[in-house]
Amino acid sequence: MTDTALAIDAVPAGRSRPWVIVLAATWHQTRTKIGLAILLLLLAVAVFGPFFAPHAPDAGLTRPGGFLGGFEPPSDVAALGTDNLGRDVLSRFLWGGRSVLALSVLATLLGAVLGIAVGLLAAYSRGAMDDGLMRTQDVVLAFPQLVFALVLVATVGPQLWLLVFAVGITTMPRVARVTRAAAVEVVERDFVRAAEGIGVPRRQILFAEVLPNITSTLVVEVTLRLTFNIAVIASLSFLGFGLQPPAADWGLMINENRQGLLAGQPWGVVMPVVAISLLTIGTSLIGDGFARAAIGIERGRARE
Amino acid sequence: MSSEGLGQAPGLLVEGLGPGLPVPTVEPRARRARLLRGIPRFVIRRILLGLVTLFIASLVIFAATQALPSDPARAILGRSATPESVAELREQLGLNKSVVEQYMDWLGGVLTGDLGNSLAAGVPVTEILGQRVVNSLFLMLLAASISVPLGIFIGAVTARRRDGPLDHTVSTVTLATAALPEFVVAIALVVVFSTTVWHVFPGVTLIDPGVGPWNYPKELVLPTLTLVIAVTPYVTRIMRASMVEILESDYVEMARLKGLSERLVLWRHAVPNGIAPTFQVIAINLAYLAGGIVVVEAVFNYPGIGAAFVDAVRSRDMAVVQALALLIAALYVVLNLLADLATILVSPRLRTSLK
Repeated sequence: MTDTALAIDAVPAGRSRPWVIVLAATWHQTRTKIGLAILLLLLAVAVFGPFFAPHAPDAGLTRPGGFLGGFEPPSDVAALGTDNLGRDVLSRFLWGGRSVLALSVLATLLGAVLGIAVGLLAAYSRGAMDDGLMRTQDVVLAFPQLVFALVLVATVGPQLWLLVFAVGITTMPRVARVTRAAAVEVVERDFVRAAEGIGVPRRQILFAEVLPNITSTLVVEVTLRLTFNIAVIASLSFLGFGLQPPAADWGLMINENRQGLLAGQPWGVVMPVVAISLLTIGTSLIGDGFARAAIGIERGRARE
Repeated sequence: MSSEGLGQAPGLLVEGLGPGLPVPTVEPRARRARLLRGIPRFVIRRILLGLVTLFIASLVIFAATQALPSDPARAILGRSATPESVAELREQLGLNKSVVEQYMDWLGGVLTGDLGNSLAAGVPVTEILGQRVVNSLFLMLLAASISVPLGIFIGAVTARRRDGPLDHTVSTVTLATAALPEFVVAIALVVVFSTTVWHVFPGVTLIDPGVGPWNYPKELVLPTLTLVIAVTPYVTRIMRASMVEILESDYVEMARLKGLSERLVLWRHAVPNGIAPTFQVIAINLAYLAGGIVVVEAVFNYPGIGAAFVDAVRSRDMAVVQALALLIAALYVVLNLLADLATILVSPRLRTSLK
């Protein structure tokens, strides 16, 4: 924790807004910088990669003699060799990041919005409403995210909106629990009582009075959820329930090119494996940096 | 990842913000008597709560599988089927009954051990899953029996050498590995150990039907290693957080002042108390192992429930999907119950607070 202590000292004393202090303390940690660098690199690959792809992602490659075969080693035509169907591994890699990122960000947003709403409501209303809401959340928690998503996929079929829905719905109870735990203590404070006293409507109390006081906790939780959701979404498309062929997608690529490992052409597997690993490591480094900063500052306050 | 879910507050993973440390207390006789009455009542309440959760989970599973966009009878028979044969199959599958009746039939079947017939294989689900459940449980137990002690050991040692180079390295490594999806770890292991780099362990588990997986130690290495890599980071982190707090407590100081060696203080005084708060996390992790096992088995073609689940989802074999989803939910409930009990039994403060 030494780096957190340093980080707090490095924050200029003054009347900065609380979240500015937290962000500054987050930024001062090496792990945040590394995480951010990794994440930005992969974002750049995913977003701008397609503009630099040397070939179309779903086109069979040709050379003067005819089509290239499957699992050919790197050559002049294909810098990282070809995949199972003789397509360019590099181009498919550059195209394949968008789907994982977009789907997991959407699912996390959905789950965060629902979870925060449920958690706030439960913490504020207490009593039967609280019990009822949180027990419902517990039922969803009894399923690993992937299992829940697979049940829905078995019923409806592999649809992209369904993946977002399934992963979002299973993110909800996890966010709701954390939100409730943090908010329970805030709703007891005087300023909430005061707002109630002057007749501020409930929705406004929840979102304008309670929510701003638990943002650090929520940012940590949502970053953590994003990390796990990237993993779930990538796993689903690896299993063949995400984007369907011939789409280029990192998870799907790994599955399609596994035979290439035996054929001595590992690039179609190695590139997406490295990319997905770095993506999850990047987001979790950032989340951890933020968590350390927030906790360090809480402790600093307690010491005063 | 799956080892994902982790309901615990993220703060727990970061630093010693674990639940209150259990302080050893002397139990007067009256309190001990109350305790003996309190524990069974607590157990019964927890079991009932678990059953309610399972019941609602069965409703959720059933409701989710009712969202079928097409007629399952037609889906099975294909587009060319005659209306008569579709009607006949609908009758056979009980699809003409009301949804409530269908649910009651299914639940009744589950309770009496009849999980219906697999639509793909045409044989009872229990027949398909029997051996696979054993295979999966074996894999999970093997992974757990390695990763839990390993995590507890690393967690205790890093808490002892807090902020040292070892602690920092372990903290970074666990943070990174905890985030990795299982299938990525599995594939990376295949690249390194069975194909591209070395050819030491097989990347596919070819097990003859009817032969226990324990007869194939070489085949078990990579699936087990994947699960160990997925679970150990969580156990390590929660154990470290718990130990950091305990090592600063008065009775550990007392033990030190008595002149006990650091090693004895750590392993005999601090660790037994530090383990209690980790049970919950370990249980949740083992339950999520059931989620991880789905992907890991699919990667290695391991003949367990995970691979069966993926196959069933692919062929839309709903009887198998329903049975396995319920089984995995039951596993979660049971593990949580065990964790609650274990926590109560080993931590004196919680134990005595039961009335």
